[in-house]
Amino acid sequence: MKDFILPDADFGTPARRSDKTVTLTIDGTDVTVPEGTSVMRAAAMAGIEIPKLCATDSLEPIGSCRLCMVEIEGRRGTPASCTTPAADGMAVQTQTPKLAKLRRGVMELYISDHPLDCLTCAANGDCQLQDMAGAVGLREVRYTPGANHFETRQNGEANPRFEAKDTSNPYFTYDPAKCIACFRCVRACEEVQGTFALTVEGRGFAARIASGTTDFLSSDCVSCGACVQACPTATLQENAVIEMGTPDRAIVTTCAYCGVGCSFRAEMKGDQLVRMVPWKDGKANRGHSCVKGRFAFGYAAHPDRIQSPMIRETIDQPWREVSWDEALAFTAQRLRRIQAESGTGAIGGITSSRCTNEETFLVQKLIRQVFGNNNVDTCARVCHSPTGYGLKTTFGTSAGTQDFDSVEAADVVLVIGANPTDGHPVFASRLKKRLRQGARLIVADPRRIDLVKGPHVQAAHHLALRPGTNVALLTAMAHVIVTEGLTDSAFIAERCDAEAFADWAAFVAEDHLGPEATEALTGVPADQVRQAARLYATGGNAAIYYGLGVTEHSQGSTTVMAIANLAMATGNIGRPGVGVNPLRGQNNVQGSCDMGSFPHELPGYRHVHDPEARGVFERLWNVTISDEPGLRIPNMLDAAVDGSFRGLYVQGEDILQSDPDTRHVAAGLAAMDCVIVHDLFLNETANYAHVFLPGSSFLEKDGTFTNAERRLNRVRRVMAPMTGLADWEVTMALANAMGAGWDYAHPSEIMDEIAATTPSFAGVSYDLLDREGSVQWPCNEAAPKGTPVMHEAGFVRGKGLFVITDYVPTDERTGPRFPLLLTTGRILSQYNVGAQTRRTANTAWHGEDRLEIHPHDAETRGIAEGDWVRLASRSGETSLRATLTDRVSPGVVYTTFHHPETQANVVTSDYSDWATNCPEYKVTAVQVALSNGPSDWQEDYAAQARAARRILPAAE
Amino acid sequence: MTPDKLAYMANQIATAFARLPDDEAEAAIAAHIDQFWDPRMRARLLSLAESPKTGLSDRARGAAALIRRPETA
Ligand code: SF4
Ligand code: SF4
Ligand code: SF4
Ligand code: FES
Repeated sequence: MKDFILPDADFGTPARRSDKTVTLTIDGTDVTVPEGTSVMRAAAMAGIEIPKLCATDSLEPIGSCRLCMVEIEGRRGTPASCTTPAADGMAVQTQTPKLAKLRRGVMELYISDHPLDCLTCAANGDCQLQDMAGAVGLREVRYTPGANHFETRQNGEANPRFEAKDTSNPYFTYDPAKCIACFRCVRACEEVQGTFALTVEGRGFAARIASGTTDFLSSDCVSCGACVQACPTATLQENAVIEMGTPDRAIVTTCAYCGVGCSFRAEMKGDQLVRMVPWKDGKANRGHSCVKGRFAFGYAAHPDRIQSPMIRETIDQPWREVSWDEALAFTAQRLRRIQAESGTGAIGGITSSRCTNEETFLVQKLIRQVFGNNNVDTCARVCHSPTGYGLKTTFGTSAGTQDFDSVEAADVVLVIGANPTDGHPVFASRLKKRLRQGARLIVADPRRIDLVKGPHVQAAHHLALRPGTNVALLTAMAHVIVTEGLTDSAFIAERCDAEAFADWAAFVAEDHLGPEATEALTGVPADQVRQAARLYATGGNAAIYYGLGVTEHSQGSTTVMAIANLAMATGNIGRPGVGVNPLRGQNNVQGSCDMGSFPHELPGYRHVHDPEARGVFERLWNVTISDEPGLRIPNMLDAAVDGSFRGLYVQGEDILQSDPDTRHVAAGLAAMDCVIVHDLFLNETANYAHVFLPGSSFLEKDGTFTNAERRLNRVRRVMAPMTGLADWEVTMALANAMGAGWDYAHPSEIMDEIAATTPSFAGVSYDLLDREGSVQWPCNEAAPKGTPVMHEAGFVRGKGLFVITDYVPTDERTGPRFPLLLTTGRILSQYNVGAQTRRTANTAWHGEDRLEIHPHDAETRGIAEGDWVRLASRSGETSLRATLTDRVSPGVVYTTFHHPETQANVVTSDYSDWATNCPEYKVTAVQVALSNGPSDWQEDYAAQARAARRILPAAE
Repeated sequence: MTPDKLAYMANQIATAFARLPDDEAEAAIAAHIDQFWDPRMRARLLSLAESPKTGLSDRARGAAALIRRPETA
């Protein structure tokens, strides 16, 4: 029955890796498998299915249901095939009269404690208990109903064993009446997700699963859904399936939330999406997902989605719904007029890290070919632009060095400025799995993130540094490594620039850079720094994973280079288990950078100064490409205020909410004459827009996303675009309205153009992606199936370059008026500015942004849990409610920026990274005081937003 | 772009190359600005460098001589 919905084949137990193989005979067929493989898996590999209930190939077997027993020649009894390893020469029988009888007995017992309401059950047609009853030929149940878990009343009294359904989780329901106590859910929560939210209560017949002592929603459960996926019955079931019934087909696509880039089977019924199930063969996620990708897709069908293009003369007017043609003509005319008045460089655009590579490529093409300048930037400006600069300078290319599988070979993991359990949950699960196997963890973060101490995971060191002192801390670690002689001299001699290394080694060895000297600065005890540095240098394969806590500083680029220095000095580059891995925020940040979204770079990170690279595009596009770098986002806004920059096309990005210093952004936007917002919703930026072009969701278009491992995953259209046009078609229509004459019929043609113009993508095509599932760039003649690990034989730039990393304190200083340091971040259930997740039931977990403050700082200010507080900086102020926690150190406060009502970026400063202008989100000097509620600014803002969102009823 | 902000940005770049000797540092600053600044920002910086007392550090001012002249000032 399950086959109706095309499940991935379930081999029953996980694959084993081994150099040795064993050969056995199953039902007369010879099978050769890696040593350690179970008899059940070996049988499945030979196409023989052994009945099973408690085993599934995502989990280690426990041998509890006994349905999978087999007979083995020369062995007594009937061993469970899921827990019996295959051995050379074994002869196995999976179907004998004896086994059939035993299996029927097992099933009979199960069924005697199971309600027989299959026809009305949510899992009807998708239930392994049902399948197994059929498979073993169960025809009768001889037990009379006795003690059971499913009848609400027995003998006229309430059945003490009956438990009501738990519907607290918005996405799935737990119905204990149907539980067969196979504990697949408990094991999934432990082994796959690593949260340990579920436990087994009682033993034998009385055994039940429980989400701690509370319901699912208030338990430790993070709603990843791994248990729901693992459950063979209707006990844990997606609400969507309960409501809509089972899906009838599946299309593999890619999550559009974070940079992990999980592959999913979008399971459909007609053109309705029933559920998203992580795809087992997805190379980034290996069958796992988080709450966002699996459940939070409802925004795609939210009534707030705008379905018609809209325009207005000025931003104080209400919106007017118009046809695509009218909107595009209006836009084209305005943009051309601005250029006629103020020059070619007076307009530009912003590409989206949420859109596909193909769409991003087209937007930068629009700007370079049709606008005729390089004024293109992307939201990576505000997150990972320092990664681009730092890794390009040191290694020669701007990308993470590993694939996610690499973490399975790591012995020491340094996580710095990242919070994977919230930001990159599936990677976090894979990391935690490795940590439970014994790898050691160093966390460098001002906040005690969940990884520091969680169930069966504990960091060896938590370096709780003061925000803004990353460079001092990393240089102190380098000091220890160099002065204690822990460098990998052979690696350095062979792979790195010798002169630069000598200069760098002399620099870091200076006394005033050691951990003792910098302790007062970073707040991290010197001894801890020394131990962490030694562990990193000598603990085996050491990998660094970092996030925005590294890049979003005035020394963001310097920090990235300090990280690269550490990896090179210890030889931790160029093989599985090591490397430097930026954890990218949004689903396609990597791709948008690759596709030439920066104002100084053509696709493939080639500088606009490079005549050869320009030539490639000039010949194909028949224009002259400007050899002048364009404006970066903050520069665009500055230039707008000056009046020299007047028109901006923003695809899938909400710069007003996500960029720092909201007032400055608002002033820049308000000064422009043509702001075009192309998005799903009337976002905050749209309050300042003259043209709104409705966007399409990732479910409505074909394309590719590139995740943090440089992996190109296919995005596949599972339903028609709600507005009639996919985003790439809209950009094409705009280009054509300006006279471009593009004629792409399908995104695959755009990919072909990318491959033809960009050496690192030369081998990529949709055919290849369909064949391989996914590929990691560089993918070309030298690496036809892509490149899982970079810099294996040598650095892309030739010799690795050590760079001197002087610590320069930020000018954002605390003082008497602003004594606390604010740092910002995100949480699991919400995503970036929250435009999508706020429009889903994920708000059950995070209804508002809260300010985390240490109880000590709260006490001196008279602040209690849940109080409204005023958060003020030199840039502005806002109000939100406080949460008291010692996760943050005294002197540090923390908040998220998922909700427009909070506008946390009203308070963030205008300081930015010296090399890339990436804003300094992670450090703002602030004061916190009790308040009565929303600030004046928030109320003004809300009023302005309400006015700006008015839409006139359609004409005629 | 206020002159203050431009000067601040140029000085920040100069600080990043503080360890280099004068001539190398000035070359590095100029190269960085050529690579990442759009012509109108460079034009403004150049005019800043011409007038004294604009908050530009010595090295940022020194680098100005090496910066690529924007075509349209
Ligand atoms: S949803 Fe995930 S975290 Fe929650 S109980 Fe299930 S497996 Fe555990
Ligand atoms: S809830 Fe499902 S997976 Fe968990 S023990 Fe019960 S039947 Fe098994
Ligand atoms: S949000 Fe990230 S971790 Fe979660 S499912 Fe999507 S890609 Fe995977
Ligand atoms: S499947 Fe082997 S004992 Fe349950």
